[in-house]
Amino acid sequence: MADYEIPEITGEDGITDVPKLVPDTMKGSGPWISAPKFQEPMHFASEIEQDEDGNWTLIPNWKEVALEKMDDLRTRYRSFQLYLDICVKCGACTDKCHYYLGTTDPKNMPVARQDLLRKVYRRYFTFAGKYFPKLVGATDLTEEVIDDWYNYYHQCSQCRRCSVFCPYGIDTAEISMAAREILNHIGRGQKYCTQIMEKVYKIGNNLGLPEPALADTLEGLEEDVFDETGVDVKFPLDKVGSDILLITPSADFFAEPHVDGLMGYGKVFHELGLDYTLSSYASEGANFGMFIGSYENMRKISMRIRKAAIDLKVKRIVFGECGHAWRVAYSFLNTLAGPFDFLDPNYPVPQHVLEITWPALRDGKLNIDKSRNDDMTLTFHDSCNIARGTNMGDKPGGQFDIPRNVIKAVCNNYVDMAADTTHDATFCCGGGGGILTDDLMEVRVKGAQPRMEALKNVTDQHGVTHMAAICAICKSQFTKVIPYYGFTMDQIVSVHQLVSSALVLTGQLTEEEIEARDAAEEAERIAAMEARKKAAEEKKAAEEAAKGKED
Amino acid sequence: MNALGIIFGLLFWVATIVIIVGIIYKVRIYWKTPAPLKIPTMPAPRTTGGVVFRMFREVAFFQSLFRSDKLLWVFAIMFHYALALVLLRHTRYFTDTINSVVLFLQPFGMYGSFIMVAGLAALLARRFIIDRVRYISAPSDFLMLVLLLAIGLSGIMMKFVSHTDITLVKSFFMSLRTFNFDGWYLPGDPILLLHLSAVALLMLIFPISKLMHAPGIFFSPTRNQVDNSREKRHIAPWAAELDEQGVDYLHELKK
Ligand code: HEM
Ligand code: HEM
Ligand code: SF4
Ligand code: SF4
Repeated sequence: MADYEIPEITGEDGITDVPKLVPDTMKGSGPWISAPKFQEPMHFASEIEQDEDGNWTLIPNWKEVALEKMDDLRTRYRSFQLYLDICVKCGACTDKCHYYLGTTDPKNMPVARQDLLRKVYRRYFTFAGKYFPKLVGATDLTEEVIDDWYNYYHQCSQCRRCSVFCPYGIDTAEISMAAREILNHIGRGQKYCTQIMEKVYKIGNNLGLPEPALADTLEGLEEDVFDETGVDVKFPLDKVGSDILLITPSADFFAEPHVDGLMGYGKVFHELGLDYTLSSYASEGANFGMFIGSYENMRKISMRIRKAAIDLKVKRIVFGECGHAWRVAYSFLNTLAGPFDFLDPNYPVPQHVLEITWPALRDGKLNIDKSRNDDMTLTFHDSCNIARGTNMGDKPGGQFDIPRNVIKAVCNNYVDMAADTTHDATFCCGGGGGILTDDLMEVRVKGAQPRMEALKNVTDQHGVTHMAAICAICKSQFTKVIPYYGFTMDQIVSVHQLVSSALVLTGQLTEEEIEARDAAEEAERIAAMEARKKAAEEKKAAEEAAKGKED
Repeated sequence: MNALGIIFGLLFWVATIVIIVGIIYKVRIYWKTPAPLKIPTMPAPRTTGGVVFRMFREVAFFQSLFRSDKLLWVFAIMFHYALALVLLRHTRYFTDTINSVVLFLQPFGMYGSFIMVAGLAALLARRFIIDRVRYISAPSDFLMLVLLLAIGLSGIMMKFVSHTDITLVKSFFMSLRTFNFDGWYLPGDPILLLHLSAVALLMLIFPISKLMHAPGIFFSPTRNQVDNSREKRHIAPWAAELDEQGVDYLHELKK
């Protein structure tokens, strides 16, 4: 399947053994570079050129600009300078990164990843590095260093697992965002992210799905739900004056299993009588500005949500299932696009859709038939951004309990994976942080190993058949990489997909009734066709008769 | 007064100024640089009191380290607690009145130095033995431990092997507080001089090295932020400027 070795998984205890390090296994040129036309809309440096082999240059005065940007970042982000200063090189984080575990490349150890930047920071901005570079491991900024940055800072999904285990909470994600921001400004942006963000600016979502196509898709969903249930569940778009603005990752509009989740939200809203709408202007929950460390672009994308909320005159904002989207929403939205004093103060801004579904399930407001999910034994993948970057409900840890509570309320069979791989110790899917692109396939496959190991363990020992997730990236990444590890795509499910299949809507037809309805419709259709045929024949006969008379 | 006394007297004056001014300078930077976004590693406390308690657990018990590496945690606790003990005991060289806490700790303190040195030796050993830790270590990371070992071992030598004149050391440090040069006198005891030189060096490099982790930990945004982003708007001054001027990009800001 691939020209690299797929890591082996044993399923013994669900824990990936710490490998011996093997330098340079993942040395390379990194993901595709963002061309000037994608750099410009982001206000990033674009004076770069491509040679005959397709290699891009940096901007002419790249070194100066890089150091200036570094200086700028250290005055704007405390995390940047503090974390570069205080790491004691204790090594506690070295075996915590899924990319190190999966690739054995030492530069994927969190502290070594930070060191790529730290050694330059030290050289130019610290006393020790200026006068005793060898002693403290400081080095000059060269093009090789830039290449290493571009390569290895794109082998970090900014999942922050390392930060949990560092005695000072040193967050490699902060460093890798800063590094990417520096790279943005010397003409080495990442194409996958900038290209997608440009679509958000132009069209409103990552997929570039324009309003008419979106309206069509939603209509299709309404038909699907009607066919399945006989109930008229609406997926409204741009409905001014609705109570709730639903923001969801655009993958929910068409990708599998995302779209089944979207159907789930729609059914829950319908059943609870909640008046909601989607927005075509802010038809994207994802915010890739975070991945590339660009506060300005992240803010600009967030502002679209504010504008949509104002234009549609809603009272609440609710987010669908997406990991980093929920981080930007929960932790950053108030900062970036607040204050939200024009919304209903009785609800947190924003809310997660699970914060609506869970209380409803708990209070018995939804009619659930758990047995409809009896063909599955579930486990739950805590998405890294949700687990370590957000909360749900009003108590610490809600981000772990609420999704599990929901799953357990709609499914009879549930098993957790190994403790070291769940809750705030969860492993990233391997595709977060702007890594979910085909040009980084090897990184993605290898980075998924720790999760695959844990999944295999519960599969072998507890008969788990499906893994539920609440993140668009996790779902896309897993459906793509789990076949490499001997699983099948359809083993990944959305949490609201489970809700959807167990939820019995008011007035929902039973299977027999649907069969009867479909049979009746079919009979009607056939009858109508016959009638039309007959009418046509009669008409033809009459015409012929008329013709015969003329002759 | 003797030449050694003057040299070491000046050295300690300089070292004291460097460590104090240096730490204040660095801490001021950490204090003033904003953390523009809410980035606590979740689950995080929902109240300030909760954050204080979280920080206390980190500083007093190295909670996160305990989760990540039990063996390292043992060595780290050995070293740091013994260091604290040793330093407390050392206050008797600098004050006349001996504090009751120090008095109470005296008997344990006797062994503190051994635990400290054992901890340091273990920390140094793992830098050589564990391939991942060896890979991330710069020469300075080894030398820092060697320096601390030199301080600890020379101290132990003085205490248990070749005693030095403690009353002299005490009166030397007491007189450093004033510029009454009469008391600036130190005996030419090589072990003492090694001990003191190494301590002075440690003080000099403190603010420019990773030793800043001690004050730095209190400023770490992933550990010191409250989980209240939805209730309270958190915004850095430079970011608020974007709102005020209604622009998207920093370079569009009017100064
Ligand atoms: C607030 C006070 C302090 C806290 C919370 C603290 C915490 C820690 C932690 C968690 C580590 C990592 C584990 C380890 O390698 O031992 C560490 C390492 C270290 N600490 Fe501290 N520390 C503090 C004060 C100090 C002071 C005052 C010194 C001064 C000599 C010091 C010297 C060191 C050294 C040299 C290391 C690196 C050990 C190694 O190379 O493995 N620490 N500290
Ligand atoms: C200006 C500061 C210092 C002075 C004047 C000083 C002086 C001394 C003296 C005179 C002794 C011998 C004690 C005896 O014979 O009973 C001693 C012991 C010792 N010193 Fe220091 N010292 C200083 C700083 C430090 C520092 C910063 C450390 C640790 C990093 C340290 C670690 C030790 C240890 C481990 C011992 C041996 C056992 C003990 O007394 O606890 N010293 N020191
Ligand atoms: S755990 Fe923290 S202090 Fe230790 S090496 Fe990693 S980043 Fe540095
Ligand atoms: S943030 Fe995640 S991916 Fe990045 S270094 Fe840390 S553990 Fe690895």
